[in-house]
Amino acid sequence: MNEWLDPLLLSRWQFGLTTVYHFLFVPLTIGMALTVAIFQTAWVRTDKAKYLQLTHFFGKIFLINFAMGVVTGIVQEFQFGMNWSDYSRFVGDVFGAPLAFEGITAFFLEATFIGLWIFGWDKLPKKIHLATIWLTAIGTITSAYFILAANAFMQNPIADAYVMNEEKGRAELTSIGALLTNPIVLASFPHTIFACFMVSAGLIISVAAWHLARNQHFDTMRPALKFGMWMMIIAGVLTTLSGDQLSLIMTEVQPMKMASAEAMYVTATGANASFSIFTLGTPDGVSELFSVRIPYLLSFLSTHTFDGTVEGINNLQAQYVEAYGPGDYSPTIWITYWAFRWMIGLGLAHMLIAIAGLFFTRKSAAKPARPWMWKIAIWSFPMSLLAMSVGWTFTEMGRQPWLVFGLMRTADGVSPGVTGIEILISLIVFTLLYGILAVVEFKLILKAVQKGPDDAPVQGAESGELQQAVTVY
Amino acid sequence: MDLTILWFWIIAAMFIGYFVLDGFDFGVGMSLPFLGKDDTDRRVLINTIGPVWDLNETWVIVAGASLFAAFPEWYATMFSGFYLALLLILVALILRGVSFEYRHQRPESTWKKWFDGMIIVGSAVPALLWGVAFANVVRGVKLDANHDYIGTFFDLLNPYALLGGVTTLLLFFVHGVVFVSLKTEGDIRVRARKLATKAGIVTIVVAASFLVWTTFAYGTVASAIFAALAAVALIASFLANLRGAERLAFGLMAATIGLAVLTLFASLFPDVMPASNNAANSLTIANASSSTYTLGVMSWTALIGMPVILLYQGWTYWVFRKRIGRAHIESARTEVAVH
Repeated sequence: MNEWLDPLLLSRWQFGLTTVYHFLFVPLTIGMALTVAIFQTAWVRTDKAKYLQLTHFFGKIFLINFAMGVVTGIVQEFQFGMNWSDYSRFVGDVFGAPLAFEGITAFFLEATFIGLWIFGWDKLPKKIHLATIWLTAIGTITSAYFILAANAFMQNPIADAYVMNEEKGRAELTSIGALLTNPIVLASFPHTIFACFMVSAGLIISVAAWHLARNQHFDTMRPALKFGMWMMIIAGVLTTLSGDQLSLIMTEVQPMKMASAEAMYVTATGANASFSIFTLGTPDGVSELFSVRIPYLLSFLSTHTFDGTVEGINNLQAQYVEAYGPGDYSPTIWITYWAFRWMIGLGLAHMLIAIAGLFFTRKSAAKPARPWMWKIAIWSFPMSLLAMSVGWTFTEMGRQPWLVFGLMRTADGVSPGVTGIEILISLIVFTLLYGILAVVEFKLILKAVQKGPDDAPVQGAESGELQQAVTVY
Repeated sequence: MDLTILWFWIIAAMFIGYFVLDGFDFGVGMSLPFLGKDDTDRRVLINTIGPVWDLNETWVIVAGASLFAAFPEWYATMFSGFYLALLLILVALILRGVSFEYRHQRPESTWKKWFDGMIIVGSAVPALLWGVAFANVVRGVKLDANHDYIGTFFDLLNPYALLGGVTTLLLFFVHGVVFVSLKTEGDIRVRARKLATKAGIVTIVVAASFLVWTTFAYGTVASAIFAALAAVALIASFLANLRGAERLAFGLMAATIGLAVLTLFASLFPDVMPASNNAANSLTIANASSSTYTLGVMSWTALIGMPVILLYQGWTYWVFRKRIGRAHIESARTEVAVH
């Protein structure tokens, strides 16, 4: 009919929208499950009321968020078949297995034990109840591994893992071990998981800063702030190191992605392989108008040497045309270029906030910090979420025009039987529904945050132990 | 046994797990307007499934992923072919899931009414549409040579499929109401039993018609046996409920649902998605399945994983085995709780 009803374009928008949205909740779920487990462990070991208060307080925020992660996750799984049926046919034999593993080993674990954790406060012995939140946390982290292993096959379909079945026109799994030890997943898994911990650290810092700026809840929010800042720094360093590892492998297996991260059209070596911090260029990338660059840095990031060669887009384009036939093999450069910069910039920025925060709040329990510091610290959480989103935007947009690198183009994976109208309907429905839910979700979390932790639980008269709450919906 | 055939039945088992477990969640959700006279009643109802709805729903995720892995062609054809129906199911599941979590976050009654409405719709829509979808699979749909669905959304709303949808809707409704009678105490328990009796009569008539239609139009010897057993279990459940044997009634409802799913899968076998326009375009166990290697890997995972899963899920149900009444809701110190 017209270009607005192009099933490919609409399906890509829908997948992008629903994935970015889903992945606002997932990092918080992964990070907060662990955080809440740590607070609860601290309570079980020390019996100090403040840790129980923190467990309940952040537990509540965690749960408001958890439901959204679950329900938007079902959409993700269904969409492969709904919108990308030819893709599903092509890779199902390879890609389906880690998804099924994820369900059997991880999703059941988290879905079951989260219920036991929420409703089990008065029904389970203390230590067994503690185990339920740890099993939930393990479930969330395990699920990340399998889904990243599936994604890694799309980024880098390693030859050891599959064979092409020409008769059936599909890729078939030959080694599950090779699939699960794809060099990409070995780097992207720690990179993603530690980034998830940065997101939950960001949440804790923001929440604690908000209360401390108002001189309230000192007894719980000071330890929370300290914890959040240390978590941010440790997770930040580990995210950086694993990110460095990931870019090394990426340069090797997806050189086009690295070149487009840099918007580097011409192959460069040594000092010329510079990292541009900020560049304005003509949209076609032919000439630069203005640029701030650090010489050698790109060479170092891509190869860990100062005299390495980083291939340019033009060069790679020519190679790909030779290998795969005519076509455009570069992603949308301005997106990859800026997403890459925002990811790194935001990541470093909120690490710096945490480092500065540790310095300014050192051992001074009584001394209030300057108000403007809290105002900056409060931005930690949105910054970490945005860093996560642009990071994924970079890695997925950087894969284009491939759906499975070198094997299947995105244009070839879309469902042939689904019409543009149908996809337009679903895109509108998801946009409206997700938009409304985002508002409700944000308000509920804000309300829970602003309410602050409950007062210290009363000592039970009979047992002398901290009294447990009974949970009902 | 051939791994592809094994996986056909494992997929059936996973959908049985899903429909038996999330089925009563749907039923409880749909029972809100009938059994939930006031807010406390409705909270009693929601809390009967509170700790378990999420794990029950997870069965559809695992069933879907297993379908993807074991029968990529089937997954691709069914999910893209039933695009709008699945969209409705997804929206319903989203509304239902967030409503459980959001409903109790604010005390205002208008707020709660909104989420009650979404729980009811979010339960009824999937309960109806899963039946429509599976009945269409059994009936056969128009497929091209690439196995892509070439019919329209409205082709899916044929009388047989709609009867299938009403059948699952009613089965899940009764299943959920019987579950309420098993999990609550006091007045609501008595009312649940009465409602199960009333709804049971309609359900027996509708389900029997659907099973007879399935048997005569698409049935095999095996499917006819399953259909007969399903009908017997349904009637037995009705009688058990009449006599107040709640646990037995619930077990028999679970058996009914399991046997009904087996009826459909046995009717399908050895096809997985017959093409109504041209038999050559049909998806079969043989042409829709994954490679032997993938199925082997999956078999080991399921063999090791599923017993552990059944064990800890069974334990979860045991932990929450106690009945819930109005007293529990009223005495709960929700303000200091996580919720």
